[in-house]
Amino acid sequence: MMLWLSNIYRLGLKELRSLRADPVLLFLIAYVFSFAVYAVATGAKLEVINASVAYVDLDHSELSGRIVGAILPPEFDTPQEISLGDVDEVMNNGEYVFVLSFPPRFEADVIAGLQPSLQLNVDATAMVQAGNGAVFLQEIIAAEVTKFVSGDDTSSDLPIDLIVTAQFNPNLQSTWFSSVMQVINNVTILSVLLTGAALIREREHGTIEHLLVMPVTPSEIMLAKIWANGLAIIIAAVLSLWLVVQGILGVPIAGSITLFVTGAVLYLVSVTGLGILLATFTTSMPQFGLLALPVLVIMNLLSGSTTPMESIPDWLQAIMQISPSTHFVAFSQAILYRGAGLETVWFDMVVMAALSAVFFVIALLRFRQTMAA
Amino acid sequence: MIHTSVASLKGVTHRYGKTCALGNVTLEVPAGCMAGLIGPDGVGKSTLLALLAGVRRLQSGDVQVLGGDIRDRGHLRVCNQRIAYMPQGLGRNLYPTLTVTENLDFFGRLFAQSQAERRARIADLLQATGLDPFPDRPAGKLSGGMKQKLSLCSALIHDPDLLILDEPTTGVDPLSRQQFWDLIDRIRAQRPEMSVIVATAYMEEAERFDWLAAMSDGKVIATGAPNEILEQTDQPTLEKAFIAMLPESARRGHRDVVVPPRQAGDGPPAIQAKALTRRFGDFVAVDSVNFEIERGEIFGFLGSNGCGKTTTMKMLTGLLPASEGEALLFGETLDARDMRTRKRVGYMSQSFSLYSELTVRQNLDLHAELYQLPVTERAGRVAEMMQTFELAHVADVRPDALPLGIRQRLQLAVAMIHAPEVLILDEPTSGVDPVARDAFWRHLIALSRNDGVTIFISTHFMNEAQRCDRISLMHAGRVLTVGAPDDITASKNSDSLNDAFVRYLEDAVEDTAGPIQAPASEAPAKAERHDQRRSGGALARMWAFARRETMEILRDPLRLTFAFLGPVILMLTFGYGISFDVTDLPYAVLDQDQSIESRALLEAFSGSRYFEEHDPATSAIDLESRLRDGEIAIAIEIPPDFGKSLLRGDVPEVRAAVDAAMPFRAETTRGYLLGLAQSYMSDQLERTYGQAINTSAVNVETRFRYNQSFKSVVAMVPSVIMLMLVLIPSMMAAMGVVREKETGSIANFRSTPVTRAEFLIGKQLPYVVIAMLSFATLMIVAYGVFGVPVKGSGLALLVGTFLYVFATTGFGVLISTFTKTQVAATFAAAIIAIIPAVNFSGLLVPVSSLSGSGRMIGLSFPSGWYQQISVGTFTKGLGFAELWQNHLALAGFAVFFIAVAILALSKQET
Repeated sequence: MMLWLSNIYRLGLKELRSLRADPVLLFLIAYVFSFAVYAVATGAKLEVINASVAYVDLDHSELSGRIVGAILPPEFDTPQEISLGDVDEVMNNGEYVFVLSFPPRFEADVIAGLQPSLQLNVDATAMVQAGNGAVFLQEIIAAEVTKFVSGDDTSSDLPIDLIVTAQFNPNLQSTWFSSVMQVINNVTILSVLLTGAALIREREHGTIEHLLVMPVTPSEIMLAKIWANGLAIIIAAVLSLWLVVQGILGVPIAGSITLFVTGAVLYLVSVTGLGILLATFTTSMPQFGLLALPVLVIMNLLSGSTTPMESIPDWLQAIMQISPSTHFVAFSQAILYRGAGLETVWFDMVVMAALSAVFFVIALLRFRQTMAA
Repeated sequence: MIHTSVASLKGVTHRYGKTCALGNVTLEVPAGCMAGLIGPDGVGKSTLLALLAGVRRLQSGDVQVLGGDIRDRGHLRVCNQRIAYMPQGLGRNLYPTLTVTENLDFFGRLFAQSQAERRARIADLLQATGLDPFPDRPAGKLSGGMKQKLSLCSALIHDPDLLILDEPTTGVDPLSRQQFWDLIDRIRAQRPEMSVIVATAYMEEAERFDWLAAMSDGKVIATGAPNEILEQTDQPTLEKAFIAMLPESARRGHRDVVVPPRQAGDGPPAIQAKALTRRFGDFVAVDSVNFEIERGEIFGFLGSNGCGKTTTMKMLTGLLPASEGEALLFGETLDARDMRTRKRVGYMSQSFSLYSELTVRQNLDLHAELYQLPVTERAGRVAEMMQTFELAHVADVRPDALPLGIRQRLQLAVAMIHAPEVLILDEPTSGVDPVARDAFWRHLIALSRNDGVTIFISTHFMNEAQRCDRISLMHAGRVLTVGAPDDITASKNSDSLNDAFVRYLEDAVEDTAGPIQAPASEAPAKAERHDQRRSGGALARMWAFARRETMEILRDPLRLTFAFLGPVILMLTFGYGISFDVTDLPYAVLDQDQSIESRALLEAFSGSRYFEEHDPATSAIDLESRLRDGEIAIAIEIPPDFGKSLLRGDVPEVRAAVDAAMPFRAETTRGYLLGLAQSYMSDQLERTYGQAINTSAVNVETRFRYNQSFKSVVAMVPSVIMLMLVLIPSMMAAMGVVREKETGSIANFRSTPVTRAEFLIGKQLPYVVIAMLSFATLMIVAYGVFGVPVKGSGLALLVGTFLYVFATTGFGVLISTFTKTQVAATFAAAIIAIIPAVNFSGLLVPVSSLSGSGRMIGLSFPSGWYQQISVGTFTKGLGFAELWQNHLALAGFAVFFIAVAILALSKQET
């Protein structure tokens, strides 16, 4: 047993040395955990922010002016006036997601109580903004019209006052969400690619054969790759959380970092195991790349780190339970945002551990099988 | 008598980093003869040949080849036409999945030969080299000797004026070697004007050359005809003459190898093979092989390449299980799982198989640790090995930077680190120079005679075989004979072991390959050789690369399957899985009022398809902890006396806490909640006033354009096409160039008249076609499975896609010119492409909302532009009139990427 551990340790050191000797890989690790996290977190936001609005004003009244004036950043870009004839063009080329059209005599009809229609065109191909943005615009319009009609600023005569508070992220900043999710996605990508590539490289260079004539077992070879690459990635990921996410982006982290790292270790074992498993199905880097890519994209996009898990059809949710990323995303969201403790996340941890074991055993069987062939 | 020179070097110095490969070399190589370069490995022979062939860029000094300056670009092009270059390594410039004919056909196309010409030449060359029985065998399945013959054929296909061969016979068995040189002689007899420059490690071969240049440590130490060199040094053989010519420092410690007689051992034999058989499918690689090796014996294993030597050795180490029969080690059946056996055996594989990223010392340390040497002994043993195998001066150097001879010593040191009782060495001295080989053998002899180590060694060198206690000759999976070298020589009445071996082989081969003849006719149409050089040639050469790349992809069905299946699977998952429709939000209520009014409010929630009711909360703490656990997404708290104050018209507060860990979902949820409150209000008003009253003074007509039903899939499908056509094609194309760099076939690009543009575009085209086919399958899925039709101009979509895949494959090609390894290329393509494509191209966030760096990244990558075309034609019903700017941008990207790649790729190696 001591021997087994010592061999794993030695071989792992060798892996770390190999990694250190590859400047391209080191650069890519640094890149995905720094610049890529920052760019995605600040550049791509899923909330309605900076949404582009244009309006056609055939009324030019006080009311239309007030409504337009109430459409404000950060949710919306300053609305631009366009002519009626341009509506199709600006929507076709994606310049504006929302176009509001005020009909002639709009204000007069409101005052007369004729309930005029206000047309709101929404580019429904911009799925993320279209739904929520339309709701916001309707709210703004309703509020302004009510104020205009009642002539004062006091709020309406709603029979109840529904106070909606956002927990864990009071200002609904997507940076909080996307930065951490990006770190998780990158952990997935790198773990699978690094370990899989490490195995394929050994096979292509004949060194794996060399290892196998020595008193070293396949399980030792695999575990060494797992711990060494996993260690490199977890250090990079924690640094990224600490420096980029907490430091530069100023995202508060609610829960226990220790617990998070423990879970991350479990996750790494499972995805690095998956990397080796995928590598055993292929014989060359081109094949491995083509196999790993769809697996990675699915693991990242359907894990709940991009779109809400509830929106995924039930059968697909069920399938995604065999992806460790689904559990890790749930685990991370609970700890990092909601400050949850072990009593909340233990189940996801158990599942990750079980998946690690399953991947590892299958990879080990396949490894022995492919080496014999 | 030699008058003119085919090549001359003046003051040529070449460095790799700090290492000096050639130091101020000045040399005249005579024309019209066989000129040989001899010398130890790593003295700069290969560098010199590469400079002459124009495949490596000259650093300093002057090189004239075929009467012109190699630095002159125009002359270099001429040289590419007239020189044939065969790089070092067995079949290194061949394409293993292509057949013999296809390989030659490819080379013929590179020289823009017509189909008839190619056919005639291929037939001639195959017949001349005796490869004609195997025109359809993949090059990778040929034996080493056959590979080299094929490599020679490909070099001769364009009737070169200068043939440059870099160690063509290294690692080839004696019979094939002899045939190879006979072939060269016959070809030279027919084309006497052709000059040949050869580097070789076999001194006995060099004796048949017309002229020799001996090299040592980056310098030429002697030139002249072989007999002149022998006379100068007064030595009987070139091998000895060479050693005599070496400067004192290099010769130090060299003495003739003496093999003391062996003391007969007792006990069971060290190694026994009993009817050992191994099959790969139908192919019998090793056919019931029997032998016994005594303890302490040096047992030589000879045979042509691919005859089953390596397979036999692998079975003896336990790397390969035997199909039949058994292998015994010290009288016990070999058990591959038994770690104790492994500690008794040292193995050195044919190719260098140590970690090139670790230094010499680190490699030794690692193995000492893995063989579990006691901690106290490790450092001592590593030092001892470095001392014994003379590695101390390179202890902190990585093996990549070392000459082959030293690398082989390192391999032996590693194999010996745990002091095994049995050493299994698979061609350990292949490609190693004579001095280093002799030194290597002295180590082996000492191990055998002093330490009683049993050595099982395979080799192609007859002088090495002569030193073995016993040898066995193997051919086509069978052992032809076993015995002491002298007995075997005598059994065939031969003068030398080499002749005896050749005779054994000839007897065995007789029925498989017929006699070898010179080309039946002079290769036809010699006059038309120089005419179609440029215009028609460019297309032909580009097509040659495109055609070959396509064939290689088709021979790799796994890669092809992934390439087509991957995108379809992804589209299905995206189409079904990615959805921004937020429904079934779990919520729980803490109703502290329990009045009719509060229940009426809650009914509004439970009736909505957006919400999914969970058990009511028992306390505020319960509610909060469930929100924290993620069990519910909304926590609704109704205060006590809600009903009463509602009836009083006091406007009671209702609190709803939303889990905002995922901001997008929270935002949507808030919208739903407010909408719900609104409808509840109208309900209340209706109840109060008895009739429906529209509370709003305005009626907002919201039109969801392009996607009336507001379904995610309609928006998703065009975006997925965008994503798939960047990720997969760029990754596949990125492998293209880098793979050639790794396997060595890039030499063909460097040494033939192919231009950079022809090479890169030729390699890009097949991936464009694959991407277009992939696009077709995605269209079928889009329409057939998801029912998303193209509403706009199909032609605009098709043209846009075509430009887009040109750009994305160009991006892949660009990456592959910058990276050195396939691993790095895969990473770079995937990671660099995935971030702009997923985040900044409108897949999730509309481009119009991107800010700052995100917008810039989006604009500087083709995906964002194609997204407009894809979404525009699929959902918005647009055509060229609205989208032409995007087409233009994509065309720009396509040209830009490939142009930068062409500029970045260097025709000569630096």
